[in-house]
Amino acid sequence: MEPLERIRDRIDARFGSGAATLVPNPSPSAQHSLLLRSDQAAAIAAFLRDDAELCLDYCSNVSGLDWPAAGHLEVVYHLYSMTCRHGPVIIRVRTADRGPGAAAPSLALVWRSAELQEREVFDLFGITFWGHPDLRRLLMWDDYAEYPLRKDFGKGAA
Amino acid sequence: MSFGDLLEVSVGPHHPSTHGVFRMRVTLDGETVVRLKPVFGYLHRNHEKIAESISYLGSMPFTDRLDYMNAMSNNWAYALAVEKLTGQSVPERAEYVRIILAELTRLLNHVCLAGFLLQDMGASGTPLMYAFREREKILDLFESLSGSRMMCNFQRFGGCRQDLSADWLREAGRLIDRFGPFLDEFELLLAGNEIVLARTQGVGVLPRALAISAGATGPVLRASGVAYDLRQADGYGLYPRFPFRVPYGTHGDTYDRYRVRVLEMRESLGILRQALATLPEGPVLDPKARLRGLRPKAGEAYGRIEGPKGEIGFYLVSDGGPNPYRYRVRPPSLINLTALEDMCLGHTLADAVVILGSIDIVLGEVDR
Repeated sequence: MEPLERIRDRIDARFGSGAATLVPNPSPSAQHSLLLRSDQAAAIAAFLRDDAELCLDYCSNVSGLDWPAAGHLEVVYHLYSMTCRHGPVIIRVRTADRGPGAAAPSLALVWRSAELQEREVFDLFGITFWGHPDLRRLLMWDDYAEYPLRKDFGKGAA
Repeated sequence: MSFGDLLEVSVGPHHPSTHGVFRMRVTLDGETVVRLKPVFGYLHRNHEKIAESISYLGSMPFTDRLDYMNAMSNNWAYALAVEKLTGQSVPERAEYVRIILAELTRLLNHVCLAGFLLQDMGASGTPLMYAFREREKILDLFESLSGSRMMCNFQRFGGCRQDLSADWLREAGRLIDRFGPFLDEFELLLAGNEIVLARTQGVGVLPRALAISAGATGPVLRASGVAYDLRQADGYGLYPRFPFRVPYGTHGDTYDRYRVRVLEMRESLGILRQALATLPEGPVLDPKARLRGLRPKAGEAYGRIEGPKGEIGFYLVSDGGPNPYRYRVRPPSLINLTALEDMCLGHTLADAVVILGSIDIVLGEVDR
């Protein structure tokens, strides 16, 4: 598979400079990732899926992350290609803040497998996904008010 | 299709056909399913949050309780993710032990799935009890090794907890020798059975493109014609040393999902025979492996394996502390349900039960 730097450059060439930023991972896993600008993330995701060389047709894992110190929430997608048998390409999208309006674009229309997983992130982290076809809580009940996987859950400051 | 009076039925969460506490809100036009919405969460315990408050090793026994049929595979997936995060290597013999246990797990999972599927179609008791008889023999092996039939808590970061004794290996060899003839008999019980064919062929079709987009993995994906098996695509562990075929279907229907599993069991037997014949000597745990007091340096890792139900993965983020900053399970049972409604529309409620059975879910993993 082509190196992540080249994928970033190709995204930048197509969607404008700064559309994707390389996020290095110092762990021995060396699974580096690309941070996407959230207003363009859905278009970039479709590009990654449809590009003949990358053909990232399979979104394996969607995970939320809470960074209270940095003041934002993050969604991480692990992408692979079933057709070309490579991966992972890891992309991340950040919310502007951790407030009640925290939001990110939904990629469920690009990869159906994000549908239930984004519902879970919404449920447990409180990230609203724009353009999600059916955004409801997944595991907790509908009138539950909190987001259990946030770091301040149960510490008095919901 | 006529839209006369529609009837909404709540199936589950306490119904044997939902294989646990799963619920579906089904809308019926006569007997035909026109809408199906799964309802999750009845077994939710926020496993991922609990993991943030305990050490890395402390989560190992909890992974047993995700897909509680397949503790050995879950253990391996988690150990693999931690090993990626820390750069820990695994001794050769331990890799063999992991493959042996994972393939035995695949046998017991698939044989039970076949039994349950036939039970769902009305073959009450007999096939399931035959399947459980074989499963019990494998669980006996697991018990003698780990002390527990199902909650094995066996893999460690950098190897396994216990070596396989000569007695154990002899027993395992006997079991594998007998499993082939059992499969022949089990298949004969069903092959060409008119009811089985009528209830499964052309029912619950999952088209290839949807299977890929919806993130289906494991036998559900392969039945739809995608020969994608992580044992070969990723080649994790020492799987590249063991030649085997990846069975896949052409129709993506319930029948193909059943057949793919039967064929996979035969391939697993082949892998097991090779692994037992070539098992190298040596330690099963890296003597330098850090188990207690593990503090991976800051970073993240995603590790995944081909579990019996599909891709089971763990995404771990470390901030350098003794507990994971984030611990995420990629649950194949949940994600394989993404296209459940698409597979059931236009079929009867009785078929929806069989389609659900053919996906093979465990609620401990769906709800976590």
